[in-house]
Amino acid sequence: MSGAAIHASSWAAALVRISPYTFSAIGIAISIGVSVLGAAWGIYITGSSLIGAAIEAPRITSKNLISVIFCEAVAIYGVIVAIILQTKLESVPSSKMYDAESLRAGYAIFASGIIVGFANLVCGLCVGIIGSSCALSDAQNSTLFVKILVIEIFGSALGLFGVIVGIIMSAQATWPTK
Amino acid sequence: MIFFLAIASISERNMYGFEALTFNIHGGYLEAIVRGHRAGLLTTADYNNLCQCENLDDIKMHLSATKYGSYLQNEPSPLHTTTIVEKCTLKLVDDYKHMLCQATEPMSTFLEYIRYGHMIDNVVLIVTGTLHERDVQELLEKCHPLGMFDSIATLVVAQNMRELYRLVLVDTPLAPYFSECLTSEDLDDMNIEIMRNTLYKAYLEDFYKFCQKLGGATSEIMSDLLAFEADRRAVNITINSIGTELTREDRKKLYSNFGLLYPYGHEELAICEDIDQVRGVMEKYPPYQAIFSKMSYGESQMLDKAFYEEEVRRLCLAFEQQFHYAVFFAYMRLREQEIRNLMWISECVAQNQKSRIHDSVVYMF
Repeated sequence: MSGAAIHASSWAAALVRISPYTFSAIGIAISIGVSVLGAAWGIYITGSSLIGAAIEAPRITSKNLISVIFCEAVAIYGVIVAIILQTKLESVPSSKMYDAESLRAGYAIFASGIIVGFANLVCGLCVGIIGSSCALSDAQNSTLFVKILVIEIFGSALGLFGVIVGIIMSAQATWPTK
Repeated sequence: MIFFLAIASISERNMYGFEALTFNIHGGYLEAIVRGHRAGLLTTADYNNLCQCENLDDIKMHLSATKYGSYLQNEPSPLHTTTIVEKCTLKLVDDYKHMLCQATEPMSTFLEYIRYGHMIDNVVLIVTGTLHERDVQELLEKCHPLGMFDSIATLVVAQNMRELYRLVLVDTPLAPYFSECLTSEDLDDMNIEIMRNTLYKAYLEDFYKFCQKLGGATSEIMSDLLAFEADRRAVNITINSIGTELTREDRKKLYSNFGLLYPYGHEELAICEDIDQVRGVMEKYPPYQAIFSKMSYGESQMLDKAFYEEEVRRLCLAFEQQFHYAVFFAYMRLREQEIRNLMWISECVAQNQKSRIHDSVVYMF
């Protein structure tokens, strides 16, 4: 049981008695679920503008699929991290399930999942909105495409930051040995 | 979580800046289409080519390279200017109808609002024409296609305003604008003009309130555009009613209750008796001072063109932002201006007055 004296019926005691596996599972779910939400959101924002703009300017379709691919990459980051996180789950004997070290491992996986999920959510949104503007500008003036693509590349780096920090977090998810 | 709160806050009334998150669900495709149409508007180079034309067939040939090509190609050779204008208006109507049938609420209501101005013009056209005993069919052909509604032909039967309302207009979207107009007076030229302006005033106020309700970038940009429209109409009403029997109170009742000139500018405009006094009033407002300073004293012919140029400038600026409805309004207005330009150019060319072409063409891009 953890060091500080926790009264048996306080909220702190209740939180500490939630199984670390719950936290881990939720973290993994959020990592993939919210990333895909961000990717899907971004793709529909870009896609609807791209379809409409391509009616008058059909030449833009092939180049502007890059925006959709950047959004898709965000979902892939979420899948990769979810797979990594689920390999970190180990069985722990029930006597050690509420040890400090188990809780730490559980929280680490949870945090990693949240980091990746929400970073990818906003990254997907960002890339999607820029992709929509990129399609519309390209339809009017084709010299603008490459310049706006640079903005998109910076936007997609945000998801990458989330993945890096998430993987570092999950590296310390060491469960107590038997 | 956070994103649910975000979606909840932007779904009803758009927080300015976050419309990008949900606008494209219903409006993304149509906004992209309207921007595609905007790319097809005639540029200065096109207008220069058209101004060099010798006759209307040359104009038809130049227009066949633009988006109007498919509308004009089947016209037989002795062209009239009215045919050119009619076919170009047909393109505008086709674009509008295509967008309207794809739109969902609230964009469909917004697009419907754009038509009401034309409906008012059509109603006044038919009533005036009936007063001067013109043929119904001829009048119906002259009506703007965007402003047609089912029972428009029965307008010829009405004898006074109350009948006009009761027989025809109560079933149209113009019904709520009539509450200030309902008198039993007979229809004559003066009353019809007052009716037109009263209806238009009610329409502009209604449109303004609707845009305010939409919130976000739509309300900001549309407020600016509608305020300019209201102010321009106030100035035109003032100038046109100088020297007529319209009293000051009646004149003041025709001004809309929003815009840069409301309420103090309206007080001053209501008592103006000639154009120089109007100029004195308008020069107190910086945006309009620029317009009035371009004209020399005592000259009012260039005022129309100056107002059109300012309107076109503001409409083009509406395209600078994404994810709002004002681009649709701006596109419709720019097309109408382009059709006015084409009509002027065609008339000048047909009547061999090419020196006067540049008097009235408003260049856009």
